[in-house]
Amino acid sequence: MAHRWKNDLTRADVTPPALWMNRRRLIAAMGASGAAGLGLGPSMAAAQETLEPNSLEEITSYNNFYEFGTGKQDPERYADEMVIEPWSITVDGLVDNPGEYSLAELLGDLTPEERIYRFRCVEAWSMVVPWQGVELADILTRLGVQDEARYVAFETVVQPENMPGVRRGVLDFPYVEGLRLDEAMHPLTLLATGLYDQPMPKQNGAPIRLVVPWKYGFKSIKSIVRISLTAEEPPATWNRLNPREYGFYSNVNPNVDHPRWSQATERVIGGGLFAQRQPTQMFNGYDEVASLYEGMDLQAQF
Amino acid sequence: MAAKAPTFAQRINKGLRRVPPWLIYVIGFAWMGWEFWRALSAIGPYAVEPINVLEREYGLRALQLLVAGLVVTPLMRWTRVSLIRFRRAIGLMAFYFVLAHFAVFVLLDLGGFFDPGYALAQVWTETIKRPYITVGMAALVLLIPLALTSNDWAMRRMRQGWKQMHRLVYVIVPLAGVHFLWLAKGFQIEPILYLVGTALLLALRVDWRGLMERKSPNKAA
Ligand code: HEM
Repeated sequence: MAHRWKNDLTRADVTPPALWMNRRRLIAAMGASGAAGLGLGPSMAAAQETLEPNSLEEITSYNNFYEFGTGKQDPERYADEMVIEPWSITVDGLVDNPGEYSLAELLGDLTPEERIYRFRCVEAWSMVVPWQGVELADILTRLGVQDEARYVAFETVVQPENMPGVRRGVLDFPYVEGLRLDEAMHPLTLLATGLYDQPMPKQNGAPIRLVVPWKYGFKSIKSIVRISLTAEEPPATWNRLNPREYGFYSNVNPNVDHPRWSQATERVIGGGLFAQRQPTQMFNGYDEVASLYEGMDLQAQF
Repeated sequence: MAAKAPTFAQRINKGLRRVPPWLIYVIGFAWMGWEFWRALSAIGPYAVEPINVLEREYGLRALQLLVAGLVVTPLMRWTRVSLIRFRRAIGLMAFYFVLAHFAVFVLLDLGGFFDPGYALAQVWTETIKRPYITVGMAALVLLIPLALTSNDWAMRRMRQGWKQMHRLVYVIVPLAGVHFLWLAKGFQIEPILYLVGTALLLALRVDWRGLMERKSPNKAA
């Protein structure tokens, strides 16, 4: 991998497998090791220092994956039915190398690296997840993005016979999402294939999903079967359903209030019945993406 | 001739007479406490995010009890099975679950347990800003006078007024259903079922024939 973005926390800081199952571990605050030296802003280093990954159990039993139902436990309960082998990803649109790719073909010689990211749901809760993934930029470069391409569109698999939420028509499936090309090319943006050093659990979007840590979780589309490069802004499921509530960009922004949930604060999962909320950070704390939106009115284009 | 055999409804009613209404409070509060304890111990569905799950648990029980309260009259009319002795307990228990629901919202969800000032200010902002909270709040506020007058003394004092006032439930239950529908994301069948059920239960009370014959339309009860 290109290692354009460096985690302050390394694999050693993630709970060792023997401890995942039974208890959460307190991770000692890290010294701000190499991050600043790699050209990352000091805010990034500071924010990463205190990141304590949620337990594997938390990450895999509290999910939104409406293909399996709207309950937070539905994905854990039903995702097992999803067939992920063989898996094929259609690449089309404005690319030099369109076609059907297997997972291995898409990844090529890229080696997934670990990224410990905050994950902020639009429902005002958050987690910290130790993903393994490759930078989307590396994949897109290999696919050959044509000059006219401005956006990347993604699509989730639909398997009605294995997906109770699809059968009930909870949303207009297939689930689709999109990014502007510069967002997609940002080194923070991952195609993740695993977490906690194991293949991506099905309820978290096996075998491959997007992770865009400065946007609300629903942008990070799961179980991807299509990647298209487009000139026009592609549709995004929640935005299409309710554009007043869910913008195309959906950057984490404590100053843009959502009609349903106050976005000023969030509750970090794992604090129990007396967990307190904490202030939500602009771009979920990933200030380095701010330059992508220079000159945009983020109140209007939320 | 031997006395007529008791009807099915009569037999049920006879059995029900042996059930004391206070059992509803015992079961209700035991349930409420049990769920709270499970949330505190992070058991089962409460393992990861107990606050929201407990909030929803209490809200759902409140709604179920409110709808159950609407069943009593039509059930009696159509089957002669009488649950009237239990209606007050059902209604009050619904109110207590609404209070518990609200308490979880204010004390735990908004953190009023730690910072009451902030939480109360936030309740106000949320009530104004979020339609689903506005509607839930309206339902809660309207329930208060009903709960306060759910006793023999108030019934005697208020006479006809009591009956009229308690018709507020015909507004409250739909409000609670709309609250549920409004907070659900995507297309979810559950809140729709509660609303349809409520609409049916209310429709059963309307004297449709009387309405059609343009007789006193106020007869609906
Ligand atoms: C008659 C009064 C009320 C009833 C019957 C009621 C019922 C419900 C129900 C059925 C749910 C959803 C449960 C589920 O998803 O299974 C719910 C959720 C909720 N209610 Fe209420 N509610 C009432 C009043 C209120 C009030 C007064 C507030 C706050 C001021 C409130 C705040 C909430 C919140 C915050 C949620 C969870 C929303 C989410 O998770 O996004 N409710 N309520």
